[in-house]
Amino acid sequence: MTAYQFGQAASVAAGTMDGGPMPVSVPANAHENAAVRTDYEDGVVRQFMIMTIVWGIVGMLVGVIAAAQLLFPALNFDIPFLTYSRLRPLHTNAVIFAFGGSALFASSYYVVQRTCHVPLFMPGLARFTFWGWQLVILLAAVSLPLGITQAKEYAELEWPIDILIAVVWVAYGVVFFGTMATRRVKHIYVANWFFAAYIITIAVLHIVNSAGLPVSLVKSYSAYAGVTDAMVQWWYGHNAVGFFLTAAFLGMMYYFIPKQAGRPIYSYRLSIVHFWSLISIYMWAGPHHLHYTTLPDWVQTLGMVFSLMLLAPSWGGMINGIMTLSGAWHKLRTDPILKFLIVSLSFYGMSTFEGPMMSIKTVNALSHYTDWTIGHVHAGALGWVAMVTIGTTYALVPRLYGQTKMWSIRLIDWHFWTTTIGIVLYVASMWIAGVMQGLMWRATNADGTLTYTFVESLKATYPYYAVRLVGGVLIVAGMFLMAYNVAKTIGQRDKAPQGSPAAASA
Amino acid sequence: MTMSIDTLNFLRGITTILAMSAFVGVFLWAWSRRRRDSFEAAAQLPLEEDADIVDAGRQTPPQR
Repeated sequence: MTAYQFGQAASVAAGTMDGGPMPVSVPANAHENAAVRTDYEDGVVRQFMIMTIVWGIVGMLVGVIAAAQLLFPALNFDIPFLTYSRLRPLHTNAVIFAFGGSALFASSYYVVQRTCHVPLFMPGLARFTFWGWQLVILLAAVSLPLGITQAKEYAELEWPIDILIAVVWVAYGVVFFGTMATRRVKHIYVANWFFAAYIITIAVLHIVNSAGLPVSLVKSYSAYAGVTDAMVQWWYGHNAVGFFLTAAFLGMMYYFIPKQAGRPIYSYRLSIVHFWSLISIYMWAGPHHLHYTTLPDWVQTLGMVFSLMLLAPSWGGMINGIMTLSGAWHKLRTDPILKFLIVSLSFYGMSTFEGPMMSIKTVNALSHYTDWTIGHVHAGALGWVAMVTIGTTYALVPRLYGQTKMWSIRLIDWHFWTTTIGIVLYVASMWIAGVMQGLMWRATNADGTLTYTFVESLKATYPYYAVRLVGGVLIVAGMFLMAYNVAKTIGQRDKAPQGSPAAASA
Repeated sequence: MTMSIDTLNFLRGITTILAMSAFVGVFLWAWSRRRRDSFEAAAQLPLEEDADIVDAGRQTPPQR
């Protein structure tokens, strides 16, 4: 990278580096030019973006069905493929890897090109990652209802699919790192650091945790045994949370919040400390999933201490994102996309406070195995991951399809409120249900016998399952609003092609 | 493994010091005056619109 090239890049931002006021707006017609630029490889970004919406609806719909089954068990119709035990992994895989994964492919491919000033490295390989990833999802959608599973949470897929995932993931790494290596700017923007850490770590986690001995095409045994297997699984499991669902989506946040707010990130320096401390601490938090098991006590304590430390980088990142709006809070009133992004950070802050608290052994003694955990996961997965993804989708779709904005801003607002109310209903009902279950399970009579049977706690949970179902339905309804809005936005382009006043004003 | 508990504790201490120094090091590096301009330039990267990026890609001229 030559100083000349960097100078060229820096000149773009001229007038803002002498300590003067930062620009708070960009020319209104600036990104209409996006429609006519052919430099960037955006085809694959559009593909992943559309599939993000499709898989979001599918994955969340399966979640709603699973939630309904807990309330009305007859809804499995006595068909093995539709039992809760098979739909639940289908739901988690669909929302995490199909919905979240597609969103990450789309946003990382978009962001790395823009912040490196080069098109994707090996675009053919990038297109392969799209088709390969969709094949993985289809194979999951077939094999999980058939009951084919490694029985490792978030790593259920059997070994042939695991190998395909590894191949696609390495291709993803080649495209992403190749693009960074050929960049025309000096600095690697912080979002790319987060994406890079996520790509490397997921490769390592997936390959190590999925190592096993195949005995047939659809059955394998883990390479590890006993508590070692459990520890490897939760080292994988918690880092899937830490790197897939956190670091990568922070990469999204570090690009799209400044973009949408029209202001640079609050503190670039803080983002560097945020990055290095987050990735070095997350790696050790996994044992908190195995409190009070046969895992050695000191390992449990280590997991708890590292989980507690995670509060600092997590909140550092949250503050960095939210403070980016400092001095421009009024934008939240008029821009529902920004509302999605900022509320996602609020949920991130809440769940990264709750997580360390739940990792404390004495708290965990109450919360573990209860619906509190389910509430916590969804505060993170819906409040943080889904909301930042939805905000990014609304910011990205117009840019990808040569429009200045979404077809309907009002519908985005409706989506925001259905989602927010849905998540609050979901999380609050599971909090109450979880604490209640924990208290009922530990209650003992004077003679030491248990006060409640398990089924009594289940019966007491029913009303909360109903509230949770209502929340889930609201969230899925919002996803349909988004699909409609996106279809209309794309349709607008087809109806008003290049010659229209909107496109010509550029 | 025949490592004595004293050796183990010594290594634990060293590891703690190394990890803490790494954190302080990153902190000092991030806040050093020398890095300031470079970071401020980097922070502007998301704010660029596609049309502003003059040196992107294969130099295809804008079509309109």
